[in-house]
Amino acid sequence: MFDLKTLSEYLQKGDAKKVGELTAQALAEGLSPKTILSEGLIAGMDIVGAKFKKNELFVPEVLIAARAMHAGLDVLKPKLAETGAKPAGRIVIGTVKGDLHDIGKNLVKMMLQGAGFDVRDLGIDVTTDKFVAAAGEEGVQIVAMSALLSTTMPQMRIIIEALHKAGLLSKIKTMVGGAPISQKYATEIGADGFAPDAASAVDKARQLVGV
Amino acid sequence: MLIVGERINTSRRPIAEATEKRDAAFICQEARAQLEVGASFLDVNAGTFGEKETENLIWLVKSIRSKVDSPLCIDSSDPEAIHAALEICGKGMMLNSISAEKEKYPAILPLIKEFGCKVVALCLAGGEIPTELSSKLKIGLDLVEALLSDGVKAENIYVDPLIMAIGVDQQTGRVALAMIKELKTKYPDIHTISGLSNISFGLPVRKLLNRTFLTMAMAAGLDAVIMDPLDKEMMATLTAANTLLGLDYCCGEYITAFRNNRLGR
Repeated sequence: MFDLKTLSEYLQKGDAKKVGELTAQALAEGLSPKTILSEGLIAGMDIVGAKFKKNELFVPEVLIAARAMHAGLDVLKPKLAETGAKPAGRIVIGTVKGDLHDIGKNLVKMMLQGAGFDVRDLGIDVTTDKFVAAAGEEGVQIVAMSALLSTTMPQMRIIIEALHKAGLLSKIKTMVGGAPISQKYATEIGADGFAPDAASAVDKARQLVGV
Repeated sequence: MLIVGERINTSRRPIAEATEKRDAAFICQEARAQLEVGASFLDVNAGTFGEKETENLIWLVKSIRSKVDSPLCIDSSDPEAIHAALEICGKGMMLNSISAEKEKYPAILPLIKEFGCKVVALCLAGGEIPTELSSKLKIGLDLVEALLSDGVKAENIYVDPLIMAIGVDQQTGRVALAMIKELKTKYPDIHTISGLSNISFGLPVRKLLNRTFLTMAMAAGLDAVIMDPLDKEMMATLTAANTLLGLDYCCGEYITAFRNNRLGR
């Protein structure tokens, strides 16, 4: 019987080649794509996220773990589509207008992908219009915004107001994060969720979509 | 080595609180403490106040300038806030910052000329931050060329190569060092400046990386730095590097730093 724990361990070590091979092997041995995803890849990224939060793992290690996760996902994706498995949820993410920081946003994106979410990355310096247009797309459940500058964080309030005006806040939730952001600020601007780090962002997203 | 002290920034909680309470004595104490240990300019940033940035920046600048005779480095992205602050200070200040971004450049340039400031020039042209040496260097060289042809004196230009996190891009240190070298070779009269904390983001024992990078950057030609001058280890490293680079006559600064108990021994 194939041991998914081994897959998770190679993912945590960031061994992309081995993760790709083991994912293919697990499929060949008849495990369902959904099981491989949740008990292999997602389980691995959850541990990476938790260790990162505790400063036991550092940014470059998270990045190579995420690369390994993608190696596994690439093998799984066609099979997941065949079996009609649904993602944990659909999220659009971006760094707000005027802000070019992407490390935090990318870490959150990788963690969300690692948790089985379908994440569309709008990139950096994203205008309000772009956020609103992406939020209006089919099936989007969460709009996640990142700001690393005190001068760009007011954009978040503007985006949330624009989403409200577009009538989208009844169907989607909003999440905010970044160095200058606090729960207090998130509440003040009417965001549905705030997370202080990438691992907590996954917990928050899961809570918001109810998975 | 020109040191711009970075402590008067409202993203630091004590500064934000003192600004809210209009505690001018505290702000002046922060100013004096930095000058005492070698800062030449004091960065002043009230960006966290958002729409109230201008009034808070003005209060900070007035509070410092009324008691402390030191040039300031006005750190803002709002041309009106910068103008108001520079009007209080007069000439000889530093402005942080201009870039090659197409909205920013024409908004900031007149301020540099009107007030005869030194200026931090960010190697940024809008959109993505380039990571490759060739594209980044081109932005830097073009920006210096534009400033010179618009009448800004070479000795007033402080180019910031924009150092990113080594934990994300392992070439960013090499790229920054090469940028500093190339810029100083092509334009010997300009200066290069950098912050020291970005490079270590996401890694353990950040200060070790920051200090080590400082010595490497100084060897490459970095001649100005935005830092916390109250960071004793960093300042000791700076003093030692300066001496080792042959910039310290008869090692006087090094020995004086030792006698003032600033080398950590």
